[in-house]
Amino acid sequence: MPVTQTHIPEWSDLIRADRVHGSLYSNPAVFEEELEKIWYRTWVYVGHESEVPSANDFVMKSIGPQAVIMARGEDGEVRLLQNRCPHRGNQVCTEASGNARTFTCPYHKWTFANDGKLTAFAFADGYEGQDMSHLSLGRVPRVASYRGFVFGSLATEGPSLADHLGGAAETIDRLCETSPEGEVEITAGFLQHRVQANWKFVMENETDGYHPGFVHSSIFSVADSGIGGLYGPKSTALTRSYGNGHTEIDLRPEFRRLGQPMGWFGTTVERLPDYATSMNRSYGTEKAREIMIDGTPHVMIFPNLFIAEIQIFVLQARAVDDTIQHVTALQFKGAPDLNRRLRQQTMGSVGPAGFLLADDSEMYERTQRGVAARTPEWIFLGRGEHRERDDADGFRVGHATDEVPSRGMWQHYRSLMEAA
Amino acid sequence: MQADCKDDTLLRDVEQFIYREARLQDEYQYEAWEALWTDDAIYWLPANDADIDPEQQMSIIYDNRSRIGVRVRQLLSGKRHTQEPRSRLRHFVTNVEILSREREEIRAGCNVMVFESNLRGETVWAARTEYLLRPEGGTMRMARKKVALVNNDRPLYTLSFLI
Repeated sequence: MPVTQTHIPEWSDLIRADRVHGSLYSNPAVFEEELEKIWYRTWVYVGHESEVPSANDFVMKSIGPQAVIMARGEDGEVRLLQNRCPHRGNQVCTEASGNARTFTCPYHKWTFANDGKLTAFAFADGYEGQDMSHLSLGRVPRVASYRGFVFGSLATEGPSLADHLGGAAETIDRLCETSPEGEVEITAGFLQHRVQANWKFVMENETDGYHPGFVHSSIFSVADSGIGGLYGPKSTALTRSYGNGHTEIDLRPEFRRLGQPMGWFGTTVERLPDYATSMNRSYGTEKAREIMIDGTPHVMIFPNLFIAEIQIFVLQARAVDDTIQHVTALQFKGAPDLNRRLRQQTMGSVGPAGFLLADDSEMYERTQRGVAARTPEWIFLGRGEHRERDDADGFRVGHATDEVPSRGMWQHYRSLMEAA
Repeated sequence: MQADCKDDTLLRDVEQFIYREARLQDEYQYEAWEALWTDDAIYWLPANDADIDPEQQMSIIYDNRSRIGVRVRQLLSGKRHTQEPRSRLRHFVTNVEILSREREEIRAGCNVMVFESNLRGETVWAARTEYLLRPEGGTMRMARKKVALVNNDRPLYTLSFLI
């Protein structure tokens, strides 16, 4: 099949049930099409409400290559603004975060309220008789949040966030239950880890249970970690595809088999007495014990939010071979002793120097260089096809090491890319 | 303070220590490098600024002595993929100063550039580095090393060598 770097063949020729064409990761024309059909259309995770806790707080975020200001207005509403002055296009904000009622463009002193409306401009007599009211900062037209997680869609119409999340919303519920107060907080600041690789290699790896025993063998061999066994051939953990591209590695069967509260975090309730007490008080001992055995989810919300048990990754696609992993420790409201350990564990594991993520990122970059080879043209994703099945809720599941998640992502990807 | 800074011998000892540490890093002498640390050591690469609170905010590296040991053993395992093959490295150290001295403890600072060549290509890293040095067992050791990368508020490629 001739594949040039400016032309995209039929999607059905590139995406099959058990394989995808390597050019999907390397063709800049495919990336441009993804921006229109995925990043600037579907729901994309932007930030968490706890990052802008007070009126007039703002934080700089992104939707794909686009900068987005997440700002809480005087009225308490969280809005997503584009960082572009409607006058001559200058950036109106260069701060990573802060508290501001207004943003003033330094070029000609146009000033905007944090809901985007133009409130003042220099030498007003030069615009006499002109309607300036339509000259606002661009706003992401649809903003919605689920349990504090704020998503934006650059399309004015489309499925609701609830429709988009579908069955995967339950994983976020499970995550919030880890807090005695039922709330996640994102307060520890982000590391930004850049890879010279396509965003889909990163997304697919997040719920690939086949690699950990090999890619992470160095850290498993030198540090106490129960992680390795979760992804072995005898694991009872499951891979799951929720539809709409959302996928999970459900580790609960393993944790339930072991039956150790806080075992999912490699610790015990005795070492986190304050947390255990708060959980028992909030949920009752029986339910608290279940929550503390089950642990937090390992779920990839398509296309860019990876909840990885103890931290979140926000994937930012910047170019066909340029992806940023924004990563921070999860923090659970009302759990200071747990939170301290979550920060310590996260710092060790992830980011540019992380014991785990530096090796994942090495694989992403080698894979990106690998697919530049012309043959074989395909990426083979057929692992576990013979043993996948539907669970009680009708979601596709397979063995912990099977490629059910990748197949689910690509099925959804194809439907988005084929849409008009 | 004034008198100490004029102490050419001490400055020279500090410089030689820093140069040696850089050479051990560049030449993968991981165990010899680990032996430079005191038992209460902290190896810190802050993120998003030079002066965050590492107990509350994410750092690129915030290793206590035990975690320094894990980092070294991971590099020695032969399976740390991001360092197999190893980055080819050279540290360039300049502007070495003794910043203060309290009894035996010396606070020293310097500017560092590192040229890294690996499978991805070439990467230049630049940092302000500060040390807390202490004589122990007849030799100088590091109790604290803080490496504030100039661009630690920006997206960074993998940094899996010892900096």
